[in-house]
Amino acid sequence: MPALDPLRLTARVAKRLLVDGEISSAELTKVYLDQIAAVEGHVRAYIRVTYDNAAKYSTKVDREMQAMRGPLAGLPIAIKDNMVTEGVTTTCASRILHDYMPVYTATAVRQVWDDHVVMLGKTNLDEFAMGSSTENSSYQTTRNPWDLATVPGGSSGGSAAAVAAGEALWALGSDTGGSIRQPAALCGTVGMKPTYGAVSRYGLVAFASSLDQIGPLTRSVYDCALLLQHIVGYDPNDATSVALPEPVALPDAERLDGLRVGIPAEYLAVGIEPGVRARFDETIARVEELGGNCVEISLPHTEYALPAYYIIAPAEASANLARFDGVRYGYRCADPVDLLDMYERTRGEGFGPEVKRRIVIGTYALSAGYYDAYYGRAQKVRTLVRRDFERAFADVDLIASPTSPSVAFKAGSRTADPLSMYMCDICTIPVNLAGLPAISIPCGLSDGLPVGFQLIGPAFSENRILQAAHALEGAIGFAPAPTFCDSGADAACLGAHAGTEAQE
Amino acid sequence: MSAWEPVIGLEMHVELDTRTKMFCACEVTKGDEPNLHTCPKCLAHPGALPVVNERAVEYAARIALALNCSVQPRNIFHRKNYFYPDLPKAYQISQYDEPLAVDGWFEYWVDDEKLGCRINRVHMEEDAAKLVHAGGDAGRIAGSDFSMVDFNRGGTPLIEIVSEPDIPSPEAAREFLQQLRNLVIELGVSECNMEEGQIRWDANISVRPEGSAELGTRTELKNMNSFRYLQQALEAEIPRQVEIIEAGGRIDLETLHFDPDTGSTTPLRSKEEAHDYRYFPEPDLVPLVIDPDWVEGLRATQPELPAARAERFMSQYSLSRADALVLGSSHALAAFYEEVVALGAGAKPVANWTMGEYLAHLNAAGLEAGHGHVTAERLAKLVKLVEDGTVSTSSGKDVFARMIAERAEPEEIVERHGLGQISDMSKLKAAVARVVADNPAQVEQYRGGKQQVLGFFVGQIMKATGGRANPQLVNELLRKALDG
Repeated sequence: MPALDPLRLTARVAKRLLVDGEISSAELTKVYLDQIAAVEGHVRAYIRVTYDNAAKYSTKVDREMQAMRGPLAGLPIAIKDNMVTEGVTTTCASRILHDYMPVYTATAVRQVWDDHVVMLGKTNLDEFAMGSSTENSSYQTTRNPWDLATVPGGSSGGSAAAVAAGEALWALGSDTGGSIRQPAALCGTVGMKPTYGAVSRYGLVAFASSLDQIGPLTRSVYDCALLLQHIVGYDPNDATSVALPEPVALPDAERLDGLRVGIPAEYLAVGIEPGVRARFDETIARVEELGGNCVEISLPHTEYALPAYYIIAPAEASANLARFDGVRYGYRCADPVDLLDMYERTRGEGFGPEVKRRIVIGTYALSAGYYDAYYGRAQKVRTLVRRDFERAFADVDLIASPTSPSVAFKAGSRTADPLSMYMCDICTIPVNLAGLPAISIPCGLSDGLPVGFQLIGPAFSENRILQAAHALEGAIGFAPAPTFCDSGADAACLGAHAGTEAQE
Repeated sequence: MSAWEPVIGLEMHVELDTRTKMFCACEVTKGDEPNLHTCPKCLAHPGALPVVNERAVEYAARIALALNCSVQPRNIFHRKNYFYPDLPKAYQISQYDEPLAVDGWFEYWVDDEKLGCRINRVHMEEDAAKLVHAGGDAGRIAGSDFSMVDFNRGGTPLIEIVSEPDIPSPEAAREFLQQLRNLVIELGVSECNMEEGQIRWDANISVRPEGSAELGTRTELKNMNSFRYLQQALEAEIPRQVEIIEAGGRIDLETLHFDPDTGSTTPLRSKEEAHDYRYFPEPDLVPLVIDPDWVEGLRATQPELPAARAERFMSQYSLSRADALVLGSSHALAAFYEEVVALGAGAKPVANWTMGEYLAHLNAAGLEAGHGHVTAERLAKLVKLVEDGTVSTSSGKDVFARMIAERAEPEEIVERHGLGQISDMSKLKAAVARVVADNPAQVEQYRGGKQQVLGFFVGQIMKATGGRANPQLVNELLRKALDG
């Protein structure tokens, strides 16, 4: 068996090794379980690691290779813990779903299960995907493997950190306002939010139904396309899902000749950190080198996108989270005296502060007398934001921006100030409001921490985005691996290849 | 003191008889063991999403078309938010400002008067689950020891029909509802079983000076499912409102409860806070786009509805409106009636037999029209036997009863029990002669001018012949004998 570095191994390579018989699924899976054993105590990316399942299922795939052959068979994956998995608890990192055992499996998860992937476990997130640092988890704070004193971003921080730390080959996340792309950027991985409707939301525990979308977090653009291929498609269980007009293709582009890339002035005026700006400018220069044409464009309603999002998303969440009432499943307060008491204490004790804040905001925004001023207007802003993109895409093929205005920030540095936390998603939120596909790829480091580069395309332009991102990825040649250092402590780094060393 | 007139509006909820629920594939059933027909969707498990039942849309559209509504090309579902254990999502998926259908009208009859009522809207939603409260002050959630939820009913397709306040009296309100119920049953979209709560309604009522065009403040009577109580409640509410207004008071916009025992209305325990349902468009469902061709297809395949059928019966069979409304009220009864007529029996006598003996028999036996031993063929034969004088009308009723008991053809029964009418002149003449001879005193009275005594003689002859004598001939022969 060849030496495998979980910090660098891609699914593309792992798949070839499996198909060529150079490694078994059990061996491959063990690489990740060993890495989990080595670093998980510091990273804390998983809410639940399904050791037994991973070991048993990978062995089964090896044994029944003939019957279970498939493009993803035997490849280990991590799943964000807001997708329901029959037989494996799904918590949404909330006390209210503590030990909740789903009775069915999310369509996207079912699709990869049917392809015989090996599930490693369920990853941490901000409670109900509400947050940008994964600090809103009721269970644990996930740390960024590039600097254990910093956050991995959020809300798919567990999935991003697991991939970055070599604790997973790849992962599924969900993105409501940037929840895949921002942690991918902060952790130095690839992350993609597909067009709204491209991936079924059935079984994704809803945060904001009109914005939520499942997508891949991977180590390469090729892997991203490979995983995306297997989760897209119309699902009769999701009325908002659609079939992509063309299948997802595995990218092979090396050039960007003739590609028109728009750079929205408004996205660069939102307080982008100098280091992030520098990496972004360098990447734009690479786009030009590869034959692309970059032009400045305007998305004039950008400044209203964030406030509109923080009306629409909480409004939908206030209804989506109303089902957690202690009646049928999940947490119920002890000894309620009557119905109202049960509702109030179950929800009061079951939800964390950020979830409560958003439920209150959303409930207020939908109230009689306030609906028109808040929810109604926010929907109008949403239409304007969508039109901004439509107009822009009349002249350009893709739009580029930094994914996040900053690199990973120190844990605890923004928790007291929700607005500064909300600003993390300033470049990603408009994309969700417009329902568009977008990818984040690593484009370098700033102060030793990864910087993300975002490419946004028109609806259903996944292939165009993936081709461009693939060409750019090759030109950037992002090579560093996380160090597992802790800038907040005197202790030395864990060592870049903890998992590999344990194995050798 | 001026005269007051009531203004009544109705809001009806009808559960549809689709095979599956409104937003999931669970079966719609009655009487199964609790929580058998549930799934992640209708139990609102995390991540579950609704999918619209196309058949429910069809059924709802059929109701809308029958109420002359315009079916809207674009439909939006909304979330209606409130917490209650029978509502698992804590919101009901309903329709709000872009409902399935709007602007219809419904014509109905009160005695011989045709009334019209505008229909504001018809919209689609889902029913709540069923709560069972046990122990303590059972029957209410507040006082019971514990409450159980049966989600079998939860998610059943429900249609809401909202009328404009065009109904002029409690009696009209009752007629409106009964005839609307018949209409829905005729469409085949719901059995409207009242005991199972498949149809239930709210009424709102206000009073105003007669002739005024303005509406007074209304009160609401919620969740009723008895026609009689509805009428009684409205009848009780009118004088209550009039009294308050005449005393210089003001009507409060409130929900009332009707107590059939006392016959009075009282305010429901006021809610701690006014409900704010925070309606907003359901983001899990895309707007429902309805193809006008599909609607036309439905229109072309609508069954004949009771009102139209009654009109047809009046012209085709020369029936009175009252008879036509009864016979046309249900498809099964109308089909039976028309079958009997088609077998050659007279339209008017068949109408009398169908509405009289036959309906009584159906009710007694708990049968639906067209079922049981009294087939259309047998009733046609019986009516013809009466029409051609083979049996008298009174014997005919005897034959009808024996048809059920003996499961035999009417002519066999007439034969077997000697129920045939005696029209044999020699027999009748002999009987007349005997009665005349036996009752000289009465003969004297008759001849003295007391014509009524004729009835006595007819009675005696009928008694002697077991009621089988042809009454027309007996009359003729008696007059001849007595006058002679």
